[in-house]
Amino acid sequence: MTALTFPLPDQRTDHAALRAEVRAFLRDTLPPDYPAADRARSWTGFDADFSRALGAAGYIGMTWPTEYGGHARSPVERHVVMEELLAAGAPVAAHWIADRQSAPMILRNGTEDQRRTILPRIAAGECYFCIGMSEPDSGSDLASVRMRAERTATGWRLSGTKLWTTYAHESHYMICFCRTGPAEDRHGGTSQFLIDMSLPGITVRPVLDIAGEHHFNECSFDGVELPDSALLGREGDGWAQVMSELSFERSGPERFLSSFALLEEMARLGAGTPAAEASVGRLAAHTLVLRHMSQSIAGRLERGEKPDLHAAIVKDLGALLEQETPERAREVINPATADAAYAATFARIRQLAPCFSLRGGTREVLRGIIARGLGLR
Amino acid sequence: MASDLIADSARRLFAQHGGFADGWPAALWQAIEEAGFALSLLTEDDGGFGLDPDEAMEPLRISASVAAPVPLAETMLANWLLARAGLPLAEGPAAVVFAAPRQVPFGRHLALLVTCTAQGERCRLSTYAVAGGDWQHGSSIAGEPRDDLASLPAPTGSATLHLNPQVPRAIAAALRAQQIAGALQSVLEMTTRYAGERVQFGRALGKFQAIQQYLATMAAETAAAGAAAQMAALALPLVDDHPDRLVLLAAAAKIRTGEAAGKVAELAHQIHGAIGFSQEYPLHPLTRRLWTWRDDHGHEADWAATLGAALAAGGPLWPQITALQSDRF
Repeated sequence: MTALTFPLPDQRTDHAALRAEVRAFLRDTLPPDYPAADRARSWTGFDADFSRALGAAGYIGMTWPTEYGGHARSPVERHVVMEELLAAGAPVAAHWIADRQSAPMILRNGTEDQRRTILPRIAAGECYFCIGMSEPDSGSDLASVRMRAERTATGWRLSGTKLWTTYAHESHYMICFCRTGPAEDRHGGTSQFLIDMSLPGITVRPVLDIAGEHHFNECSFDGVELPDSALLGREGDGWAQVMSELSFERSGPERFLSSFALLEEMARLGAGTPAAEASVGRLAAHTLVLRHMSQSIAGRLERGEKPDLHAAIVKDLGALLEQETPERAREVINPATADAAYAATFARIRQLAPCFSLRGGTREVLRGIIARGLGLR
Repeated sequence: MASDLIADSARRLFAQHGGFADGWPAALWQAIEEAGFALSLLTEDDGGFGLDPDEAMEPLRISASVAAPVPLAETMLANWLLARAGLPLAEGPAAVVFAAPRQVPFGRHLALLVTCTAQGERCRLSTYAVAGGDWQHGSSIAGEPRDDLASLPAPTGSATLHLNPQVPRAIAAALRAQQIAGALQSVLEMTTRYAGERVQFGRALGKFQAIQQYLATMAAETAAAGAAAQMAALALPLVDDHPDRLVLLAAAAKIRTGEAAGKVAELAHQIHGAIGFSQEYPLHPLTRRLWTWRDDHGHEADWAATLGAALAAGGPLWPQITALQSDRF
């Protein structure tokens, strides 16, 4: 067995200038009294104005070629910017999925026309995406999806239901994973489609989360007619296309900074209280090590490697840290008696935390991937 | 590549001397000294190889992965301090103490003891020839010697060193972090192998989902410990210009590796069942060392207090975190 190592990228470029530039942008763009409880929304906070400002500053589509509205910067530079946005709790949700998952998928698998019409609008922070994967009967078992696209004379007809679709109600497009072949062909019978959410036959209903907030939706497709050009990538390649992107979305700073706003609050109120300081120290140690691991993976991705196993480990450990943070926080600073900013931050993160080990691959699925990496399955 | 050469020669050396019996492994120690591993933190000018700090830790991690019963970490630290102070290097096994010589690792086998105490903003070093001293024998959880010396002989040398006095103990902790990382990798490999071989209820343990989830947790903890150890190793060059950062990164590494040690040892024993609890099976030389090393030179809570107090007093956390790791990106 080879040890899983996390060497830092060889090229130790100094990105201090970029980091300072992003911090200045955030100072100028976020409200001066931006509350901790809003920071605590992390990448679920939606603000189209902020996304447009971010796009204008060149922080969306950072790594894509300039011909598609991108900025041709390195994955490591993008990593620096993402870290700063997330650590500040900037409201990135509007463009987040489009920038992180949809656009790379379109760049890799889309047609030239799809790239040219859509990617520049994403980079400008004005075109938003949702992802149609889960269904009422398909969660972790993605290959069991039932939603189906049937060939028609002019394209495809889409019928079925997607569930837990984040920000579908604010999205211009959905990238939808569905069945185009026989159910027996679990992987080969699937394809991806690029769906204009304004088409007739699409119904989006809110599904509120445990805190009563609206980011999830149920999306019904009732014989929606799609043009031929809506197919994303190749028919039958849906599974392979989805799987090829996972290490990008499982290793970034969003996988260990979701509770960081609460750690900042613990440090603010805990200074001088030994028990609180010790908890801050412990959680900061975990953050430092995960940051090291995540930076290492950014370097591997930059070199064209596919560190799926490393990424699964970062996501599993990151969710553990994110979920442990509110439990440690309440041990040392009781939200019932602390100040309002702390209490509101705690309340939001405590309620959001269950999803940290569900979204983007459940803990059990990730550990199954790690076990396969150990040669056990 | 230099790192491969060092790692390969360390692997060969420790493999040749494997299966350690009770008592002092004199031949192994001699081979370690001849290979120069006890000097691996030194610059070329000081008699070392001028290794990259992460490469310099490879022999130590490998020695820990085979549970070699030798004071390599202790001697590496002693020689690093002695070289910086311009004092003669250790001839034979050595250790550094930061207070009275109590529970000194391998005390009875040492040639040289180094005391390191704070003198204002500097370190005061003194050296003592302690071979044949009147050591009161004790032992660690791992069964390795941890001996007391009632009184020190006259020093053989002394020097004041321009070095932040928190640094030596932080490096001692960083060295333990390397050992923990090395031992964890072996525990993971041994346990994965065992789970593939041991059959119960008609299938290998490793085919049960519950066991797979345990092993995945062990792999993640082992990976994090390896990254933490590397993070601390890469911080060593900060010693002169940013000693505070070195101390806090070593603190973080000791916290993280110490936590991983506890979790991985627990799961390794759970998966091994009764055989792993037996004297004859080679799991305990690793797990008992993990339980020892995580408490040495500051355990998780000690360093969490240090790191947390520094961060809580320093204003917003995020700029402090990026500043601590600002030599990357």
